[in-house]
Amino acid sequence: MANIQEYRRRIRSVKNTQQITRAMKFVAAAKLRRAQDRVLAARPFARRMQVVLNSMAARAQTRHAGKILHPLLAQRAMERICLILITGDKGLCGAFNTNLVAATKSFLLEHSERGLSLILVGKKGWDALRKSHYRIRGDYVNRLAKASYELAQEIAGPVIEAYSKGEVDAVYVIYNECKSVLQQRRQTELLLPIRQATTTTAPSDPVLIDYIYEQTPERILADLLPKYVETQILRALLESAAAFYAASMTAMDAATNNAADMISSLTLTMNKIRQASITKEIIEIVSGATALEGSGK
Amino acid sequence: MLPEKFFLEIVTPSQLLYSGNVTEATVPGLAGYMGILPGHAPLISELTIGEISFVEQASRRKHHMFCAWGFCEVLPEQVSVLAQIAERAEDIDLSRAESAKARAEQRLNAKDPDTDFKRVQLALARALHRIQLAKKSNR
Repeated sequence: MANIQEYRRRIRSVKNTQQITRAMKFVAAAKLRRAQDRVLAARPFARRMQVVLNSMAARAQTRHAGKILHPLLAQRAMERICLILITGDKGLCGAFNTNLVAATKSFLLEHSERGLSLILVGKKGWDALRKSHYRIRGDYVNRLAKASYELAQEIAGPVIEAYSKGEVDAVYVIYNECKSVLQQRRQTELLLPIRQATTTTAPSDPVLIDYIYEQTPERILADLLPKYVETQILRALLESAAAFYAASMTAMDAATNNAADMISSLTLTMNKIRQASITKEIIEIVSGATALEGSGK
Repeated sequence: MLPEKFFLEIVTPSQLLYSGNVTEATVPGLAGYMGILPGHAPLISELTIGEISFVEQASRRKHHMFCAWGFCEVLPEQVSVLAQIAERAEDIDLSRAESAKARAEQRLNAKDPDTDFKRVQLALARALHRIQLAKKSNR
């Protein structure tokens, strides 16, 4: 019966899809592990940097009360905001990109009375927002998979320049943090102005250590602050990459399971139809035979 | 009495390169090489292109590393080196450094007004230090 043929074809096609999603799941899992290693490897640097920066900034501050030591430490009223959105470059990863874009849109609406500009990292965010009326300062498409310090520098350069010149008063980053394989958390972080954690210094804090400075604090800060911004962007990029693979792995796992469910329900229906047609044939034969018997008498 | 060791940590943005107890270390400060012994006064310095070397406490072996820009924070019992680029001497890709050197020299000799002179000079300095260090460690 043609109907059964159709079901067979359908099952075969679902099986093929299942094989593909399963393969994609394994690929994502392998990439996830590598991405997670990179996140872990980048952490000590970022942490040490934060410690040194805090102590530097606090010391420098006490020496030059009221004077701004570096343009990146300037605090202004947040009139013009630049938003860095980090999405994935590919789809097939559940609500990963959709959530980010939705969060970005609501962020933009919330701050609609201020001057807004965007930097888009990742193809999906670019697709969603390139036609919006906001000013786009830069886009970095298909770069996330090979996120490196160089990429972070490339993104940070224009941001630092714009902030130093006073073109923007605040820079936010929206990205997904890889909390665990099953859970990605959306983060909206203030990148610039640099928050000063100096108000809450405990007496035991390294801030109070009387350092010898080989160079003047101003000189060191001038080199250190841009590196700090780059490191923060790098961290966001690496987190996003790991979160993307985690989301992609989860989505592909779900797809593989769904395909399995679909195959079993299709097989059941197909068997029922086959059974029905066999039963029907038997009834026909039996009734035919009975009719013959009846006419022979 | 002075302590006989201190904890050294060398980190780059991509990895934790070294962490362990050492008895002495030398780092390329902006104003020249600095030797650090246990019990050093707290100090912060920028680092320039050069060689980081230190003597591991356990093995008494001397380690060499290449470093390009970073800074270090010295505390009496702990020294942290944050380097933007750092490599173990034995990991240096000699052929890559040689070709980088040739490229930089060629660019300097071409006298093209568009060349970013400072950048080329830095690239040349990096290549030269890498080559020097790689040859030293191979001996």
